[in-house]
Amino acid sequence: MGFQAISTISKWAIPMLLLVIPFIAQARGVKVFETFVEGAEKGFETAIKTIPYLVAMMVAIGVFRASGAMDLFIEFVKPATDLIGVPPEVLPLGLMRPLSGGGALGITAELIKTYGPDSFIGRLASTLQGSTDTTFFVLTLYFGSVGVRKYRYSVMAGLAADITGFLASVYICYKVFG
Amino acid sequence: MVNIIWLFMIVTGILVAAWNGKVETVTSAALESARSAVNVSLGLIAIMTFWLGIMRLAEKAGLIRILARVVKPLTSFLFPSVPKNHPAIGAIIMNLSANILGLGNAATPMGLIAMQELQKLNTRHPDTASDAMCTFLALNTSCITLIPATVVGIRMQAGSANPTEIVGTTLFATGCGTIVAVIADRFFRSLYYRYRR
Repeated sequence: MGFQAISTISKWAIPMLLLVIPFIAQARGVKVFETFVEGAEKGFETAIKTIPYLVAMMVAIGVFRASGAMDLFIEFVKPATDLIGVPPEVLPLGLMRPLSGGGALGITAELIKTYGPDSFIGRLASTLQGSTDTTFFVLTLYFGSVGVRKYRYSVMAGLAADITGFLASVYICYKVFG
Repeated sequence: MVNIIWLFMIVTGILVAAWNGKVETVTSAALESARSAVNVSLGLIAIMTFWLGIMRLAEKAGLIRILARVVKPLTSFLFPSVPKNHPAIGAIIMNLSANILGLGNAATPMGLIAMQELQKLNTRHPDTASDAMCTFLALNTSCITLIPATVVGIRMQAGSANPTEIVGTTLFATGCGTIVAVIADRFFRSLYYRYRR
């Protein structure tokens, strides 16, 4: 019931913005078409500016994954995560999530297919996938679009949030579905 | 930090590939990733152009200023360095709302717009992230999610008896993530100012 309402809101959100914003602008005497074009002008430039940043980050992640270094890394952290009861099946997903959106989605889809959507692993994988964003991608894309190269401590803050999201997912899934 | 992570991923990647006797995978992975990065950027052109147009309209109509005033108590706590009625606040709020509602393809352009507005305030060291930018990114990557639309879709396809049952657990997990993001941002910032200046 609640979810229906929410999903209706998200379906209508963009059409409503698209209707309401130009309408109010016109009512306030803004030249709507000209103003839209004036703002839109910067779209190309912004998108193109992100290319070098994204290439740099995605190449490093691609090499790390394809070489098998990612799998080694999982083996390395596994003893620690076993200790706190993280199911080993979801560990690759937890490590992939901050690095690659596509990669994480692939692992989630695979886990759901293998174990079933209503299994514990399936539910935990679903929660993990919905929980955090692809930190490295967002970081590179957003900073890249304005030419910021020095990220200061924001990588650490993002990763701290990712780790929390991961542990909180495991905890709440044991509580609710365990 | 990001320099070290970047170098670490490339160096260990190549060493491990060599150890496994398949160093040629590095070449194809590197070029394949570069290509998909360019595809992502080019894909952004359409959607950025569209949203930048809409946002300029919203700004000229005074809607962003109204939005910024409504959420002022929250934003003056989270972004003390950003002036009260600055357009950056409006864009940040739009980005976070889009994230919460699971509107992935609207969230990204809003976030880029927010970044551009924040960059206008970042005049002293334009190549270095400002405090407000770091806070915004921490919030953005950990943002509370009300509707994990993609996952619900996958679960539906896989024939789940209750595809949306993970909404509650996701909300809890992202809520924890957001709280830690805000705390970690403040904590690392204080460390940064204490030890690097």
